[in-house]
Amino acid sequence: MLKNNYFISKDNKNNNVQKHGKDKKRSVNIIKDRVIKYGDNVDTDVIIPARYLNTTNEIELANHCFEDLDKDFKKKIEKAKIIVAGYNFGCGSSREHAPIAIKASGVKIIIAKTFARIFFRNAINIGLLVIPSIESANQINEFDELEIDLGNGIIKNVTQSKTYQINPVPDFIQQIISSGGYINYTRKILQVT
Amino acid sequence: MNILNNINNINYINNINSSDYSADKSLRNTENNVANFNTFSKNAKKQNYPQTIAQKILAFHSGNSYLKAGQLVNAKVDIVLGNDITMPLAIEEFKKIGIKEVFDKNKVVIVPDHFTPNKDIKSAQQCKFIREFAYQQEIKNYFEVGKMGIEHALLPEAGIVLPGQLIVGADSHTCTYGALGAAATGVGSTDLAVAMATGYTWFMVPDSIKFIYTGSLKPYVTGKDLILYTIGLIGVDGALYMSMEFTGPVIRSLSMDSRFTMCNMAIEAGGKFGIIEVDDITRAYLKNKTDEKYNVFYADDDAEYYKTYEINCDKINLQVALPHLPSNTQDAKNLKGIKIDQVVIGSCTNGRIEDMKIAAEIFKNKKVNSKVRAIIIPATQNVYLDALKKGYLEIFIESGCVVSTPTCGPCLGGHMGILAEGEKAISTTNRNFVGRMGHPKSEVYLSGPAVAAASAIMGRIAVPEEVM
Ligand code: SF4
Repeated sequence: MLKNNYFISKDNKNNNVQKHGKDKKRSVNIIKDRVIKYGDNVDTDVIIPARYLNTTNEIELANHCFEDLDKDFKKKIEKAKIIVAGYNFGCGSSREHAPIAIKASGVKIIIAKTFARIFFRNAINIGLLVIPSIESANQINEFDELEIDLGNGIIKNVTQSKTYQINPVPDFIQQIISSGGYINYTRKILQVT
Repeated sequence: MNILNNINNINYINNINSSDYSADKSLRNTENNVANFNTFSKNAKKQNYPQTIAQKILAFHSGNSYLKAGQLVNAKVDIVLGNDITMPLAIEEFKKIGIKEVFDKNKVVIVPDHFTPNKDIKSAQQCKFIREFAYQQEIKNYFEVGKMGIEHALLPEAGIVLPGQLIVGADSHTCTYGALGAAATGVGSTDLAVAMATGYTWFMVPDSIKFIYTGSLKPYVTGKDLILYTIGLIGVDGALYMSMEFTGPVIRSLSMDSRFTMCNMAIEAGGKFGIIEVDDITRAYLKNKTDEKYNVFYADDDAEYYKTYEINCDKINLQVALPHLPSNTQDAKNLKGIKIDQVVIGSCTNGRIEDMKIAAEIFKNKKVNSKVRAIIIPATQNVYLDALKKGYLEIFIESGCVVSTPTCGPCLGGHMGILAEGEKAISTTNRNFVGRMGHPKSEVYLSGPAVAAASAIMGRIAVPEEVM
């Protein structure tokens, strides 16, 4: 059962999940920014429409990010670099162009109630942080200011003066993120120089 | 092989929930040995650790005798697949790793199918890029235009994917191969790059949901209706991260084509795998396709399932999923008021010979409505040829359909039938998201081939009884 799993957002945190000590080395620091908010089932076709998939250029991809969902995304991203969304974020095709477009747009982290699994993998693999959390996604409003402490698993909502607990990120996922993605991580493992 | 040694040392094989059961390391050396596997399977049973098919396949490929759902493992993959959209990114990433050759040139499969035959200069560049890579790496299974088909119809047909395998493909509908009793799932381009370089990738062991289909199928009801009905029942994230095991008497007598259709759409319920146990129908399908030995994994009777659904097929009518979610399902007969502009019969979901046959039966001696464009796309060259020999293509053309060379084409709004603003299409594809088939203000209705063909004739959503 997926009870104590990072991959599944939990309302009530279960203490069986191993808590990471504060003394552990954390290369991911505190993230502080404002929020852009979306609903449930944001699919990869609206994140980056297939008509733009004839390129792998991340700046071109970022240019069309969310264009079928939110015309104001480009304006919003100038002052808000955290995305908060509902259930099943990133459902649909396996296109890695989707998290790439989001990351290249300047988004620092995505918090969603749940993530579609391929999107979730892809995001981690390219070094984009994704946090499943139902409680915070329910309560956070657009343009709220957040302070996210990954090491201690805490999201602080500065605007609403609230805090939310999140499941700690498993070590190996932290390692992938802190290596700058799965490719660099693999290079390290294979000791390719 | 220095690389493989290093890979075996990867730390993240460590399980999150440290398990009491230590891995049977000897398995690594006997992976392809069926006899040894049977011993292992029996041992697992003796120790009373019943497992689902997904658990067994992942355990087998990671050198464990038992895996719990939720564990993270590094597992060896049998087939690694990419297409003209995902492969270019993967090749760029592969080059960054700094390895010169793919882990096994017989196990990497490359199919340019989405924007081919090239729809524009950019796609031509992308295809050229992957083609050159395939030549340079001497990839055995690279399928050029002319041999190419839609990947998920092509690989089973070519005998490349087999029961018991662990398969990753940089395409979400890779889960299709579960119809052969394999654990197959979609990954991204970075995953693909690492898997191409090392032959391994990381997995979380999924929970499984069991779907038992009982009763019998109504006329024209196929695998597409069963899976649409199921997604309507559990929602687009109803099987998120999980393995969907389709079973029961209806599945046991279901054609392979319909089984592929069902497993194909596991991802539309958020699923990681869609799996159907191997039986005589599977074996008959594989008979002329491969000489290779394969492993068959059965679920233990007392395996633990996250949920079990029993679905009575007596009650299932022909289904349609309304825009903009595959879970938005309704009986087709309730939607007769909806006018349509285009019909597409094809894709990795319903572009196989069974689909062509059903469509041909309905189009025979009838005309496509004058206000409708009907586009038929056999999924592979073989399906195309078979449909030609059986006279289906003649029926299509005489009734006013256009028949295309195999391609994904309109399924993802690529080419060969893009929708304009405000237009509606009924399509045998698998996704009806906003803008999926063209303009963001166009609409896609999903159905099986029977409803799509009847609708083409009527110019509105229709069921076969209205035209037969
Ligand atoms: S036919 Fe459609 S769903 Fe299938 S692989 Fe092609 S684009 Fe994807």
